[in-house]
Amino acid sequence: MNFPILSLITFLPIVGVIAILLAGGTDDQKNKFSKNVAILISIIDFILSLIVWIKFDSLNKGFQFVENANWITNFVSYKVGVDGISLFLVLLTTFIGPICIFGAINTIDKKIKEYLIAILFMQTFMIGVFLALNLFLFFLFFEGGLIPMFLIIGIWGGERRVYASLKFFLYTFLGSIFMLIAIISIYWNMNTLDIPTLLSSKIPEHLQYYMWFGFFISLAVKLPMFPFHTWLPDAHVEAPTTGSVILAAILLKISGYGFIRFSLGLFPIASEYFANFVFVLSVCAIIYASLVALMQKDMKKLIAYSSVAHMGYVTIGIFSFTKQGVDGAMFQMISHGFVSSALFLCVGVLYDRIHSRLINDYSGVVHFMPKFSLVFLLSSLANVGLPGTSGFIGEFLTLIGSFKVNYIVTMFATSGVILSAAYSLWLCKRVIFGNFSIKQDSNVKILDLDKTETLILFSLMVLILYVGIYPNSILSTISTSVDQSILGFAKNIPSTLITK
Amino acid sequence: MNLLIPEFALIISSLGLLMLGVFKKNSQKLINNFILVLLVILIGIIGVNYKDNQNFFNNTYSVDLLSNFMKITVLIAVIFTNLISSQYLRNQSLTRFEYSILILFSVVGMFTMISANNLIIFYLGLELQSLCLYILASINTTSVKSSEAGLKYFVLGSLSSGLLLYGCSLVYGFTGSTDYYVIANSFLTSGDALKFGLVFILCGIAFKISAVPFHMWAPDVYEGSPTSVTTFFAMAPKIAALAALIRFLHIPYANFYADWKAIIIVISIASMILSAVAAIGQNNIKRLMAFSSIGHIGFILAGLAVGTKQSLSAVLVYVFIYVLMNIGTFACIMCIHRKGAYFEKISDLSGLSKNHPVVAFSLSMLMFSLAGIPPLAGFFAKFYIISSIIEQKIYYLAVIGLISAVISAFYYLRVIKVIYFDQPVDNYDPVENIGIKFSLAVAIIFILFYFIQPSLLSNIADNVALNFK
Repeated sequence: MNFPILSLITFLPIVGVIAILLAGGTDDQKNKFSKNVAILISIIDFILSLIVWIKFDSLNKGFQFVENANWITNFVSYKVGVDGISLFLVLLTTFIGPICIFGAINTIDKKIKEYLIAILFMQTFMIGVFLALNLFLFFLFFEGGLIPMFLIIGIWGGERRVYASLKFFLYTFLGSIFMLIAIISIYWNMNTLDIPTLLSSKIPEHLQYYMWFGFFISLAVKLPMFPFHTWLPDAHVEAPTTGSVILAAILLKISGYGFIRFSLGLFPIASEYFANFVFVLSVCAIIYASLVALMQKDMKKLIAYSSVAHMGYVTIGIFSFTKQGVDGAMFQMISHGFVSSALFLCVGVLYDRIHSRLINDYSGVVHFMPKFSLVFLLSSLANVGLPGTSGFIGEFLTLIGSFKVNYIVTMFATSGVILSAAYSLWLCKRVIFGNFSIKQDSNVKILDLDKTETLILFSLMVLILYVGIYPNSILSTISTSVDQSILGFAKNIPSTLITK
Repeated sequence: MNLLIPEFALIISSLGLLMLGVFKKNSQKLINNFILVLLVILIGIIGVNYKDNQNFFNNTYSVDLLSNFMKITVLIAVIFTNLISSQYLRNQSLTRFEYSILILFSVVGMFTMISANNLIIFYLGLELQSLCLYILASINTTSVKSSEAGLKYFVLGSLSSGLLLYGCSLVYGFTGSTDYYVIANSFLTSGDALKFGLVFILCGIAFKISAVPFHMWAPDVYEGSPTSVTTFFAMAPKIAALAALIRFLHIPYANFYADWKAIIIVISIASMILSAVAAIGQNNIKRLMAFSSIGHIGFILAGLAVGTKQSLSAVLVYVFIYVLMNIGTFACIMCIHRKGAYFEKISDLSGLSKNHPVVAFSLSMLMFSLAGIPPLAGFFAKFYIISSIIEQKIYYLAVIGLISAVISAFYYLRVIKVIYFDQPVDNYDPVENIGIKFSLAVAIIFILFYFIQPSLLSNIADNVALNFK
């Protein structure tokens, strides 16, 4: 058996947690130690996942680096592996990890040690979700992430944190029980929960509809899809900055991943059958969420709604069942991971200085924080989908993909691009430009980005531009796996359905 | 006769200790320690003869894998109850020697119930157990609530015993025997008439395991009784009654599966939904635990209703994990005291995370586990049950069960919310009692790390289920 690098990536954060828990000394020493450990662990994790990327064979059709071990006798085996689709989501997770930890060290002042533990746990669960090659294992990681996220929102959140955390938890928990039922019935019908085996076998058609629906509810809540999205704005607004970053950058991607892997892979007939249903919901999400975003007074809420809208493109792309569409959806997820984290971090930067998230409290920030304004503007433009930024490629590909299938849906979805330009640019206009006036109690000098913030935000900017200008860096690697999932999909659909 | 050593040892030592308690003053501590050692040894004895299988006294008393599993679970529950309650009893000045001896007597009753293969023996065990429990509920004679709890439990308990006895007499009337095997064989000759007996007996047992609609006593008795007694109530008697129920349904009434399945499903759904909804309004953590236990019993019954080997194994796993979770939770509840006064309001837990980080963390993990969040043990317990339900394609039961689990997650989360999100109140006394520490550690390690080797317990349970009957 090869070196278990994937398990190492998954469970390394737990090692960090153990180290932090075992640390002795005074509180200050403990905090300092835990900060160092968390940074170190998350960076090693990132480097390890880079190694996986380098060694990854992008022409291989199956899963790579597969590890298999007996776990629950005759029922579930511990099996992890990576393919083109999960590779970049893992990379995204391990990349966001250090960013969050840097951000948290910079901004969180109470119970920093516990916060880092929660983030490290989150890291393990999120990586595990993408790597799991067994449905039960997937579900375990999928649900396990609830506990640390619930605590992150509830303990370090804003004023209405209790409400937001409970809403987040109960919504997701309710959604996931249907997935659990679907998973168990897959087991009793197919006698296995091994994802590669299931991908190559065919689930009976009449069962697919129910199981698809079970998965759909759970994934749609987590995505979040209109009309299950109401927990997201609350959770985002109340969560601490880095919590929002994890939520937006990684947690939302689990659903996109789930749709590609399970809805397309396991239930192709049902996916085809429900495609229009998903299209309608996605278009609703894009237009409705964009309109709502226009009217927000709170910056975080605005970005949260824009996330809902952008996730709409992901589902449209996936359910177009075309290569461009799925490529675009993958790209959109990764791009949104960068863009939304940058935006949330920007809001965090402002909040740390002025302690307000209301748009009306700001004006002409550019006069005092030029570096910050550059970053903010750039990420807003990426959010709009300006050519040259990563946001453009994702939206463009998904729209091309869906145009082939359903031009009416595409037409409506395209209007979302304009609306996103409207709310993003308007936000920039109000916050960044104009005459300088900031509501604040004293005449504290407002500082521009400090070193850590510059490091975090500029690395994100570089990535946004890099993948925007050279999208092939991602697309070439995911291509084989996407082809594979589309092919597997087409194989299972009766030809009469495809030609339409 | 080797297999009956535990019962004889229990009877002899409880009678002997009663004498000792009467004639020797201040022997409470001695008695308590003796009982602890005795129970641990009994686990060993049962463990050694674990695989043996034999019927005694004209088939009235059977020792088999199921009974051994349940007896060990009961013993574990009782041992840990003793460990966590010793400090509480001292602080509440309830240190009478009768207390431990009553528990020991009720354990004899439970063992008899678990192994009973005859209606009369079953009833005897049940009554022996119940009578001890009535006294235990009202053992704190200075507290009005405790007396009320005891009285309430006694009145309702005797009513249910009456129902049960009436059911037994019906069954006897129709079949001419109280022996389980004979009853099973008279399935053809007196078919429908036996169903009357079934209903009455099920009512009686449903009362003992506090399943809806016979649950009314539970919240009041849980709240009124001393916490140590509540701990005991939450676990041991329920395990015994469940074991008796399993045996009763699978041996004499095996041929009536379709009939009892319907009854059990209704009871189970009612228990799950009622507990999920009713617990939301509770302010007292003991009452909360009462409703929580009703919900868990609902889940166990849902598993029983499926009636396959798979589901029986799931039920056994659930019972075991339930016991461990309760040990942990009550150990935490016993930690909430200041200068000898104990606090039971949920709001008293506020800010516990600040002053007692370990207790706070444990309690919140236990709450997550009780709610059934992966990867904690509570999730696996629910998972096995749901899995066995779906295998038989009873989808509605699985959906209702899980939805009630989501609703009940709300009140478990509320406890966590109070612990972590609210402002701290005054410090509580530090936890010094080694028994509580040990029990809490065992429970927490079990629920946190159960996921590493889940097959360990489920293999044992599978084995029990396969060899049953």
